[in-house]
Amino acid sequence: MRALFLALLLLFAAPLAADPTMPPAALADTPLPDAAQEAKAQALMHELRCLVCQNQSIADSHADMAGDMRALVRSKIAAGESPDEVRAWLIKRYGDWVSFNPPTHGAALGLWLAPLLFLGVGLLLALRLFRRRGSETKA
Amino acid sequence: MIVELGHAALWLAAAFALLQALAPWLRAPADDAERWTGLAVPAALAQALLVSLAFGSLVWAFATSDFSVKLVAENSHTMKPMLYKLSGVWGNHEGSMLLWILVMAVAGAAVSLADSPLGDRFRALVLSMQGIIALGFYAFLLAASNPFARLAIAPTQGNGLNPLLQDPGLAFHPPMLYAGYVGLSVAFAFAVAALLERRVGPAWAAAVRPWVLAAWAALGCGITLGSWWAYYELGWGGYWFWDPVENASLMPWLAATALLHSVAVLAKRDALRNWTILLAVVGFSLSMIGTFVVRSGLLTSVHAFAVDPARGAFLLVLLALYIGGALLLYALRASTVAVGEGFAPVSREGALVANNLLLAAGLGVVFVGSGYPLLVDVLGVGPISVGPPYFNATFGPLMIPLVLLMAVGPFLTWGAARTDKLARKLAVPGLLAVALALYAFAVWDVRAAFSLIGFALSAWLGVATLAILWGRMPWRTPRATWGMALAHLGVAFTLFGITASGALTRELLVNLRLGESAEVAGYTMKLVDVAPVAGANWTALEATLDVSRGGQPLTVLHPQARLYTSPMMDTTEAAIHTRINGDLYAVLGKPDGSGRWQLHVWWKPFVIWIWAGGLIMALGGALSMTARASARRSAAQPVGALVAA
Repeated sequence: MRALFLALLLLFAAPLAADPTMPPAALADTPLPDAAQEAKAQALMHELRCLVCQNQSIADSHADMAGDMRALVRSKIAAGESPDEVRAWLIKRYGDWVSFNPPTHGAALGLWLAPLLFLGVGLLLALRLFRRRGSETKA
Repeated sequence: MIVELGHAALWLAAAFALLQALAPWLRAPADDAERWTGLAVPAALAQALLVSLAFGSLVWAFATSDFSVKLVAENSHTMKPMLYKLSGVWGNHEGSMLLWILVMAVAGAAVSLADSPLGDRFRALVLSMQGIIALGFYAFLLAASNPFARLAIAPTQGNGLNPLLQDPGLAFHPPMLYAGYVGLSVAFAFAVAALLERRVGPAWAAAVRPWVLAAWAALGCGITLGSWWAYYELGWGGYWFWDPVENASLMPWLAATALLHSVAVLAKRDALRNWTILLAVVGFSLSMIGTFVVRSGLLTSVHAFAVDPARGAFLLVLLALYIGGALLLYALRASTVAVGEGFAPVSREGALVANNLLLAAGLGVVFVGSGYPLLVDVLGVGPISVGPPYFNATFGPLMIPLVLLMAVGPFLTWGAARTDKLARKLAVPGLLAVALALYAFAVWDVRAAFSLIGFALSAWLGVATLAILWGRMPWRTPRATWGMALAHLGVAFTLFGITASGALTRELLVNLRLGESAEVAGYTMKLVDVAPVAGANWTALEATLDVSRGGQPLTVLHPQARLYTSPMMDTTEAAIHTRINGDLYAVLGKPDGSGRWQLHVWWKPFVIWIWAGGLIMALGGALSMTARASARRSAAQPVGALVAA
């Protein structure tokens, strides 16, 4: 397992310089034999950004680096890591940018509070509308 | 020469836009204002004619591959098929801006030629607003991005167009989208004119309604085309990625959806006056943001053309002026708009207020989600990505109550609605909704709660909407009711397509040698051959896949890995076999080095329903749009009663 891990680190040492004439990494486009693990890996791959593409997930990208990242995700999932662990590992390495699921802390918190805010303010305005029934209305 | 004539026509058109903008304001002493005001209509018509000439001359330059024109040299190629030479006119920054002006001028001509129930003075004001907006675009086009610029030395060959854009779906996507954006400019101009004239009320709502519906239908068509294009062209079978540029077109659509419902309330109950005006302002503001933010290069995306920062700054200043000006006028005048009537909670208007609340919240979420990464980046607290997981978790839940209400709303009457018969009317939709969810759970093995809710809601909405029409004489049902029912039915279709394709997609990823087969969702794919083929401006490797089901041959798929020559670019051309109950979607990958070919095949159940629903919605909008004319003919049917949508 350790050897596999090291091999992968090596593979990742120069992902941008990936030689396009090389065949893609073995797990880049080969599903895992365990269907449940593959499903988990697939779901995660759809939530990870291809770092060299314009707004594509690694599941959707034909870029070589996306293939390398798919291989990484599959091998880590196969090694028994949970999708959250893999995601955390990638975020540690590449920053929050890599995950399409924004963090729920720090500056991104406003993002998650926004829907509640909109709904709350909207509800207040709407209630005022109904309370004023019969008199005057202003939205 | 023709190109120079086009350039001159554009300058002249700008002059007419200026006249159009000034007409209602000009007044020489001892002169009568009517004469000046009357100039707005001919000015708008002349402007439309001249811009058409300008646009036509650029089309001519592309069609004849006149590479002495810089834009043509940069974006076209002699080997390109004619359709894409023509769509190349707007497949670039300058051309797309010219298209915007053209659509805007045509809309101005339409306003000039259509009835003006609010009077000539009001129409002149609307045209004046349109002229003011157009002037900004003329300034931008003529000063900062002249599409007619010549090259000192003409190259013998052009650079070509991005192969991804060489597609019939995408050829018509921008014109539809722009028609929608510009349609909202009419609503915007109506709103500003109403604020100036203090004429916000039911008559105004009835007058603006067809324009809102037209814009809404065109936007819906444009978004549907774009999404369909992404699905079959980008090669992974996704149709919506919550990409900032996709969101930029979705936001005006959401605003227009809210607007056409609040216009109904204003027309019928004389309520939501300020809110309706605000929505009209916001809707067009978002259209401009949609165009400009994409064009200014603020957002990186597959859809954005690269432009230089100076242009981006120009566009942003323009944007700030228009939106800021309109909001300022709104802030100044909103308090002077006489307030409308009050509401009962359980009523048609109550449901429509809930509709507006949820749509506005959804719009806010999309806005924040699209803008937040930019904000975070500017503040320097580290780049973040906001993608499908965020929108699914926030936008999705907001749509659940919206669809629930969509089914109920049409059964409620205006004013305090009687609720005693409601349960009986909704019993069948409710039962069928539960039945479909149970069926999905038991037979399709769906376990995700969100998907089960999606199935239930699509049945709920679809059946309830059919129930509106049930027992009515089709020819005696008002056209607006038909329009509303179709639009709602379209939503049910789209929702079903999204839910089913999301929950039931089966994927096959294999490496096959020639002669080997693999199976997905009961379909057997046999790789028969991989051979080179060539097109007008590309070469490709094309696989031949024999598809059979239960031993019966079904179809042959030909996915390609293409290499375009001008410009050089790899693309994958998915082979798609569309059935009413799903698509087989095959992509040919790379050889694995040992004589096997990588194949990626999906079975995507009911995916075509997504776009069918989008088109049905737009059709409903178009049908509703024509309702006003028929309403006038039958005096028994007051306009307000028709705005069922």
